[in-house]
Amino acid sequence: MTFDALLLLDMLLAAMMLMLAVAALHSHSLRQGIILFIVFGLVTALAWARLRAPDVALAEAAIGSGVAGALLLAALRDRKPRKQKTPMARPAWQVLTVTYLVIGLALTASWAFLDAQANHAGPRLGAMVQAELANSGVANPVTAVLLNFRAYDTLLELAVLLAALLGVLALGPERTAPRAAGPVVTHLVAWLTPLLIVTAGYLLWVGAHAPGGAFQAGALLAAAGIVVRLSGNPHTGLPSGVWIRMLAVAGCGVFMFVGLASMSGGANLLQYPADWAGTLILLIEIFATLAIAASLVLVYLGGRPESWSSGGKNARA
Amino acid sequence: MIDLLSAGLIVGGLFFYVAGTVGLIRLPDTLSRLHAVTKADNLGLGLLVFGLLLQLSDPLSMLKVLLIWVLVLAASAAGGQLIARHLQHKREESS
Repeated sequence: MTFDALLLLDMLLAAMMLMLAVAALHSHSLRQGIILFIVFGLVTALAWARLRAPDVALAEAAIGSGVAGALLLAALRDRKPRKQKTPMARPAWQVLTVTYLVIGLALTASWAFLDAQANHAGPRLGAMVQAELANSGVANPVTAVLLNFRAYDTLLELAVLLAALLGVLALGPERTAPRAAGPVVTHLVAWLTPLLIVTAGYLLWVGAHAPGGAFQAGALLAAAGIVVRLSGNPHTGLPSGVWIRMLAVAGCGVFMFVGLASMSGGANLLQYPADWAGTLILLIEIFATLAIAASLVLVYLGGRPESWSSGGKNARA
Repeated sequence: MIDLLSAGLIVGGLFFYVAGTVGLIRLPDTLSRLHAVTKADNLGLGLLVFGLLLQLSDPLSMLKVLLIWVLVLAASAAGGQLIARHLQHKREESS
């Protein structure tokens, strides 16, 4: 009975995702499309939660839906108004090619899924992670993979984020701040922002043994800055002058430093000493969180903030 | 008995959600739609939260559900006010 009810929920979620995706792609106005995309992100987060991947669900809700939605809406606001173009009719060969590609992809994915279901033999990565979890310094297998077993990948992800940030900073000065949103929203933001910061700290800390971690915490911290800015306050809590630069490179920098320091003891790059693994992972995650938050806020600002070149006082919200 | 009460509250909450959504689709202009959705959804949310609280025994989980209730109430109230304010700005600009 319970199984059937849950299956119904899953099918409803899957159908909603498909419908929202189609609606977002085919909506008449860009604004409507973006709002449908944000809803799509939230439903996707629910789907990840149903697949028992709460880490991915948190990341999808915070980054895929929240921060990406804010970025898209900001880009829409900045768009130069131009004449409405008549919708371009796609040539038939394009439609046919895409259709066949999608069918091929669906068949390949189904085959891979059925094959994985049928052939139980062979080592499973999940079992290997569980076997080595005790040596990783953390109790959450996802964090163990991200920050220990496959730390190299995460380091490169932070480098990609830094490269994207450098690209955005090259665009010029920041966007103009939105107009003040009125007393109700200002008060809501005034007590929501501390709550967001505390929740970000909680997600960072809990990542060691439960779903959470640097990316989710960083996205929430960035959300705090973006919400403050959206309420009409020109500040985002970013420090100024040299500190903002330090913050942007802190994630990559501390990660690299820990990785290189582990080599000095004769080990490989990013091969932490077992006794120190938990502490080192927490250290990397703290700075990664700050760097991710600073990068996402800077990307949202869309360029160098006013405080970029001034060496004024250090004011972090 | 408690299960029955809880189920009744949740079904009642869902009824108000459906009523609010029908209002959102059927009503003619933004302000009356806003009125229908905010009123009905806040009542629906309250009943839903109350029904879920009866199912919980762990005080920490209860606290979390109550926190969700307060957060959603505050967010939806502020969101509704923001939409109405935007509408008023647009009207003042056009008149």
